[in-house]
Amino acid sequence: MKNTIPLQLHVPEPPARPGQAPDFSWLQIPEAGSVPRPDTATEPQEMRPLAYTLIRVLDEAGAAVGPWNPRLDPETLRRGLRTMMLTRAYDERMFRAQRQGKTSFYMRCTGEEAIGVAQAMALDDRDMIFPTYRQQSILIARGWPLVDMMNQVFSNTQDRLKGRQMPIMYSSKQASFFSIAGNLATQFPQAVGWAMASAIKHDDRIAAGFIGEGATAEGDFHHALTFASVYGAPVILNIVNNQYAISSFQGIAGGEHSTFAARALGYGLPALRVDGNDFLAVYAATRWAADRARSNRGATVIEHFSYRATAHSTSDDPSKYRPAEEAALWPLGDPITRLRAHLTALGEWSDERQAQLSTEVDNEVQQAQREAESYGTLGTGEHHSPATMFDDVFKEMPWHLRRQRQELGF
Amino acid sequence: MNMVQALNSAMDVMMARDDNVVVFGEDVGYFGGVFRCTEGLQRKYGRDRVFDTPIAEAGILATAVGMGVYGLRPIVEIQFADYIYPATDQLVSTAARLRYRSAGEFTAPITVRAPCGGGIFGGQTHSQSPEAIFTHVCGLKTVIPSNPYDAKGLLISAIEDDDPVIFLEPKRLYNGPFDGHHERPVTPWSEHEAGEVPDGHYTVPLGRASVVREGEDVTVLAYGTMVHVALAAATEAELDAEIIDLRTLVPVDIDTIVASVTKTGRCVIVHEATRTSGFGAELSALVQENCFHSLESPIARVTGWDTPYPHSLEWDYFPGPKRVAEGLRRAMED
Repeated sequence: MKNTIPLQLHVPEPPARPGQAPDFSWLQIPEAGSVPRPDTATEPQEMRPLAYTLIRVLDEAGAAVGPWNPRLDPETLRRGLRTMMLTRAYDERMFRAQRQGKTSFYMRCTGEEAIGVAQAMALDDRDMIFPTYRQQSILIARGWPLVDMMNQVFSNTQDRLKGRQMPIMYSSKQASFFSIAGNLATQFPQAVGWAMASAIKHDDRIAAGFIGEGATAEGDFHHALTFASVYGAPVILNIVNNQYAISSFQGIAGGEHSTFAARALGYGLPALRVDGNDFLAVYAATRWAADRARSNRGATVIEHFSYRATAHSTSDDPSKYRPAEEAALWPLGDPITRLRAHLTALGEWSDERQAQLSTEVDNEVQQAQREAESYGTLGTGEHHSPATMFDDVFKEMPWHLRRQRQELGF
Repeated sequence: MNMVQALNSAMDVMMARDDNVVVFGEDVGYFGGVFRCTEGLQRKYGRDRVFDTPIAEAGILATAVGMGVYGLRPIVEIQFADYIYPATDQLVSTAARLRYRSAGEFTAPITVRAPCGGGIFGGQTHSQSPEAIFTHVCGLKTVIPSNPYDAKGLLISAIEDDDPVIFLEPKRLYNGPFDGHHERPVTPWSEHEAGEVPDGHYTVPLGRASVVREGEDVTVLAYGTMVHVALAAATEAELDAEIIDLRTLVPVDIDTIVASVTKTGRCVIVHEATRTSGFGAELSALVQENCFHSLESPIARVTGWDTPYPHSLEWDYFPGPKRVAEGLRRAMED
C-alpha cells in the first residue's frame, strides 16, 4: 500500500526560546499533599500512577502536608537548610574562582541542592553513592571537608586525585562516594552491580545511583534498570530531571510523550516522581525507596523534577538557548527559599537567624578557600610532580611505563 | 585436561579459595556456558556466585565494575569476543581507568573471559581476534593462552591480579593444539604434554613469554592458535626457528623478545587478527626500536587479511602453516 502523504520528521522544540516569554503551560503540578503514599510492600503494578504525578509535601504557605510528610524535627530541617546554603555558597565561591583563573572549569548545582542533601540525609552514611556531576551536595551533607573538595577543583599539591581529573570529578571512598565519570550514565549500572554485590554478601548497605534526564537516553540506563529488575538489586535509581542537557531541553531526551519516571514501569520497577525542589518530598521518597531496598523488595526509580537554575558549566551560556527569566519564574521555586519558608512557618526560624547562617556559611567557605589556595591552584601551577602521572595506571608499574617516565626525565 | 577443563579448574580453584570470586555471563549458570567452561560451578557454589545474565555485555561489565568497587573479584564471560564491543565504554572508560582516576581508591579487579579466533566456520561474528583494541587501552592487561597448562595458570594469575584483565581464549584450541592443518583431525590435548594439568592451585605469571621452541635461524613472535601453526610451519620449512609464545600482550615480555631477536637477527610476527594496527605493528616497532642493529632482514608479518572473517573462505583468510612458512623463508632471504 502506498503512502498518500509525505512523511515528516518530528524534532522536538522547547516551549520558549531566548526573547520569548517563559511558557510553563505544559507543566502539571498537583496540590501538595494530594498524592497517596502506598505501603512499600505494594506490588509495583499497583503503584503505576506515581510515575506520572508529582509527590509534593511543602505547600504554597510553607506548610508540610499530606501522607508523604516525613515529619522531621526542626533540628533536622535546620541542618538541611544549612547544608543546602553551604553548598550554594561553595558553588558561588568556586564559580568565581574559575572566573578568576584559579581553575579550568566548574559546575554549580544551583536549584538542585535539595536532591542531594535530602537524599544523603535520608540514607545511612555507609550507603554507597554513584553520583553524576551535580551531586556535590551529597559530599557536603556527609561532612566531607570543603578544603579537600577545593583541592580537587584547584588540582593543587593536596589534591588526592593528583590533578588527574577535571574539576568537580570528586572521589571519596571514605565518604562512600564513587569517583565521578565524564562518560555519562556509566555509573548507573555500576550502582546496580555494587548493590548486587551487597546482596551477594548479605550486607546491610544499599546503593544509590544518579543520572540526568538527558543521559537516560544512554544504553547504560537501560542496562541499569534491566539488571536491577532481574536481580532485585537493593538500589535507588535517581533521575535528576533539571530540564536541560547542556542546551537540549528534556524533550530531546524523550520527555515529550512520557515522564522519565515512567521508564521504570516497563521493567516492573516502581517509580516515584517527586518535586525535586521540595526538601521534604525528596527526603520522604528516598526513605520510602530505601525501606523497600532494605527489606529485599528491590530497586526503586525516583525522578526528581527540578530546574537547572544556572549554566550547565562555566563553559556554557544558557542565554543562547533559553529565556533569561525562565529560572526565576520556575513554578516550583527554589529549594532553599521553600525550606526556609517552612521553618519560618513552623516558628523555628527568623530573618535574623537566616542572615546569621548566611554569614556563617560564607565564612566557612572563605576559610576553606584560603587554606586550599595555600596549597596552590591550577592558575598558580603548584601541582603534583609529573612523575606521578605514571602511577596507578596499574597496581604495579610495568616496564613500558617505567621507560616512559624516564623519557619524561624522572 | 583439555583447555575447557583447565579453565573450569582455574575458576573452581579460585572460587574455593576466595569467597569474593563470582562468575557470571550469558548462559554460564545452570547450563555451564556454550563452550562448557563453567560447567558444574553453579551447582557447586550456588546461584549467588555463578549466575546467568541478560544479553547485555555493557550491563555485564558495568555490574562487574560495581562489584569490583564493592570488593568482589568478578570473572565475567563474554560469549564470543566478537560480542564485546557494547561493553567497550565500560571497559575503556571505567574498568581500565578507575584506579588512575581515583588515585587507587577504587579498583576493578575483573577478569573478562572471551573466546576468540576463527577456524570453526563462525563467520565474521564468531571468529574475531580483537586483542589490539584492548592492548591500545592503558590500564588493561591482555592475555591469550595457547595450551591447557598455561590457560589454567594464567587464568588464576588474572583472577588474582588487582587490575582488569582481558583473557582471550582461542576457541580452536579448546580441544587440541590446532596447527592450521584443517584438513586433518586435531590431536587431542590428552596426547600433548601441556594437557597435563595439576588439579590444584598454581600460577603462570602475567607478563612472561615462553620460548616453546629454541632455535638459531629466526625468531617467531606468536600467541594463541598461531603458536601451534608456527611450530608446524617451522618444521615444514625445515628452519631452526625460535618460537616465542607471548602469552601476555600487555605488559609484553620485552626481555625475552629482545634476547631472542638479538640472537637470531631475524623476526617474523604472526597473528590471526587483521594486519593494520594489529598487535604485530606494536611488536614490529618494539623489535625495531630495541634490536635494530641486530636485524639482518626486514621484520615480516603474517596475519589475517584486512577483511572481515569470511564464512566459507575462512581457510583463505586464516594465516595457516603455508603462509607462515613463506614468511619464514622471506625472513631468511636477505
